[in-house]
Amino acid sequence: MLHLVIFIPFLFALIIPLLRTKLSNIHLGWFVLAVPVLLFTYFISFLEKMIQGEKIHSTLNWIPSLDINFVFVIDGLSMLFSLLITGIGSLVVLYSIFYLNKKENLGHFYFYLLLFMGAMLGVVLSDNIFVLYMFWEFTSISSFLLIGFWFHREKSRYGALKSMLITVFGGLALFASFLLMSITTGSTSIREIILNSEAIINSNYFVLILILFLLGAFTKSAQFPFHTWLPDAMEAPTPVSAYLHSATMVKAGIYLVARFFLVFQGEQLFAIIVSVFGIVTLAWGSFMAVRQTDLKGILAFSTISQLGMIMAMLGFGAGYENKVAIVAAVFHIFNHATFKGSLFMVAGIIDHETGTRDIRRLGGLYTFMPITATLAFFGTFSMAGFPLPVFNGFLSKEMFFKAAILDNVLDISILIPILAVIGSIFTFVYSMILFFKPFTGKENMLDRQPHEAPIGLLVSPAILVSFIIIIGLLPNIISEPILAPAVSAINGEIPLINIHFWHGFTNIPIWMSFTVVVIGTLLFRYRDKWTPFYNVFPGRWSAANVYDYLVNNTFTFAKSVTSFFMTGSIRNYLSIILGFLIGTLAVTIYITDGFAVSYDDLAPITWPVAFTGITMVFASIATIFMKNRIAAILVLGVVGYGLSILFVFFKAPDLALTQLIIETVTVALFLLCFYHLPDLTKTKESLSRKTLNIVISLSAGFIVTIIAIASHSFKKFDAISEYFIETSVSLGGGHNIVNVILVDMRGLDTLFEITVLGIAALAIISMIKLRKKEEVDS
Amino acid sequence: MSDLLTNVTLICLILLGACMLLLLYRVIIGPSNPDRAVALDTIGVIIIAMSGLLAILTETTYFNDIILLVGILTFIGTVALAKFLEKGVIIERDRN
Repeated sequence: MLHLVIFIPFLFALIIPLLRTKLSNIHLGWFVLAVPVLLFTYFISFLEKMIQGEKIHSTLNWIPSLDINFVFVIDGLSMLFSLLITGIGSLVVLYSIFYLNKKENLGHFYFYLLLFMGAMLGVVLSDNIFVLYMFWEFTSISSFLLIGFWFHREKSRYGALKSMLITVFGGLALFASFLLMSITTGSTSIREIILNSEAIINSNYFVLILILFLLGAFTKSAQFPFHTWLPDAMEAPTPVSAYLHSATMVKAGIYLVARFFLVFQGEQLFAIIVSVFGIVTLAWGSFMAVRQTDLKGILAFSTISQLGMIMAMLGFGAGYENKVAIVAAVFHIFNHATFKGSLFMVAGIIDHETGTRDIRRLGGLYTFMPITATLAFFGTFSMAGFPLPVFNGFLSKEMFFKAAILDNVLDISILIPILAVIGSIFTFVYSMILFFKPFTGKENMLDRQPHEAPIGLLVSPAILVSFIIIIGLLPNIISEPILAPAVSAINGEIPLINIHFWHGFTNIPIWMSFTVVVIGTLLFRYRDKWTPFYNVFPGRWSAANVYDYLVNNTFTFAKSVTSFFMTGSIRNYLSIILGFLIGTLAVTIYITDGFAVSYDDLAPITWPVAFTGITMVFASIATIFMKNRIAAILVLGVVGYGLSILFVFFKAPDLALTQLIIETVTVALFLLCFYHLPDLTKTKESLSRKTLNIVISLSAGFIVTIIAIASHSFKKFDAISEYFIETSVSLGGGHNIVNVILVDMRGLDTLFEITVLGIAALAIISMIKLRKKEEVDS
Repeated sequence: MSDLLTNVTLICLILLGACMLLLLYRVIIGPSNPDRAVALDTIGVIIIAMSGLLAILTETTYFNDIILLVGILTFIGTVALAKFLEKGVIIERDRN
């Protein structure tokens, strides 16, 4: 049953083209809406079992020989994420029905969206790491498709490519980490890996496993410095931004860290890396968010910063026995999904109704869009963590501050609450900008008269906002069914969760919150005075610039490397080939000590042979210096004739015959070509080039000579020629042993040599005959 | 085979080898391509002679084919060269 549930989105995606053509007068979204709603009710029905601490297993074999199977398990953590995916998925689909015009390519949109939904469910429910990885890459691909939905826009394509490069880079790192994990523990199941976590922690690869794993999680969850893809992913349609880039996909990295929390729990390194990167992401993301002028840009950096906050809380929970941190993390995962989802939808409404998302052009929308403004009010103030009991964001932020105060861990750990407060101050500032800039002040510079959005667009954010308020007022209603099972799934303990709004004045976190509000208000009030600071820092050192620099320079670097050796000159390639040959052979001879000289078994040298040999040597040397083509070929002819007489000396009449014929035919062929060739011109080459050529040719000759001497001196076995001599007549029926070998004993070689000659002949004919018409005419 | 015959054959072979070296000088130095062509033709003749002497030395008849073949080939080669040097082409095409 659980399998069917995960594959429903994929199956439904397949029938989308059918629906689109058959029922084109109804908005496609209405059909798609059924899928997440159905799944959501299905997951809700498990809540009862979750409270009792049960888990639901389901297995479907896929590649049993490799231990890769579809094993799906629902526990508290998976449950939380499944509810978010399907619940917010339903709201986003509902929202998209009113947001996207029927003229858009809806078939593609919902196809990608369902693909993503199924993949995301697969990620959070898979127990098999490789199946998890498969779904993980599926989310990257479907996110790529969704970001590039308006593919005719340059920026969409840029954003899609960027997110693809970064998340797939992390995905591959994750895959490597998974491989190492499964090798060290001998298992592909997350549960079993957790049971065998000792094996991972004690293995030599522990640091590598951890870093690769975190690379995967950090790239997906847009942690510093990999966050740079998320702001560019805002080119996607707003429902996609609300769904993928605030509530679900970017939390996949968080999910992963939480899922493997039990493996790395006690490790200082894990705790330090996760908390430091999380807290830096929190501070940097909120700092950068203030700089943005685009509503979705602010929300993107805000998402980055909130994800950093969740990541940091997981880090606090890992190394420091900090129980509240995990609860706070889970609580904030839930809260962030509610307020960020609603804020994205509000941004989409503003865009939809005014035609711009630039906050410099927006203002005074409160009078025109009171409902939207109210929704935005709850979203932004909850995000800012404003201390009122109706905002759920405040509750989790308070818990975050409490978790951030790490007692006596390290001297430097005092920086962590400071960074947390700084991050929260900027969070407060951009939240205020997000609300006050578009909705208050004077209206200006709009092309059309803004008006309230249709009811359909408002339903989804309204539902999310009602969650903000309900959880803000009564936080404990989700603590038993959702938070407690999730926390126990993360760190294996069943916590006692009781979330209060008010902790009294003796509590440090409340003073941190007050500090945030006071300084935040001041900074917001006088923001014109200090925002020019952004030109100094980060200036051009923002991560986006670094990414562009890297990508562009990779291209130029690769190009320069390629053009360095791919010169198009055969002369250079030959130098490289010969140089490599000489190098490898020389090194091999040196390493294996393979050179040997043996004077046994040498034939006596007679004067006629010596004369012929000397003649050939002089002729070959002279060939190089010939200034005329015909002279060169004639001198070369001496070498050929010399070779044939050497064959005669060494009693190989058949070879001598063939050599003579070939030599003559070659000379004739050369003469045929020479008619068409220009006179031999002296190639002008630099001295260094000439020296290089001489060195290469001399060493090539030297190496080959060395090898010939060594191989002659090193005879381990008797030759098999005795067999041929004995059996040539009896088996082959011929006295000419060479010919018997050629046509009888090793006849197959001869067959293919004949084929080679045939192909060469055909190729020559086609080269001469089949020319383009222009060439023939000219 | 008598020692005398062997010795005579060997001496002849050595002399032929020396001839080949001298002919090589002519092939390399030239000065003109017809000089080289004639020298190469003579090298072919020397190969014929050497093969014959080797046949005597090794008491075999298998080298006789080579003698005949070199005779034909040097002739063809020299004619081809001569034609090339004379007309610039070997095979004339009748374009009519």
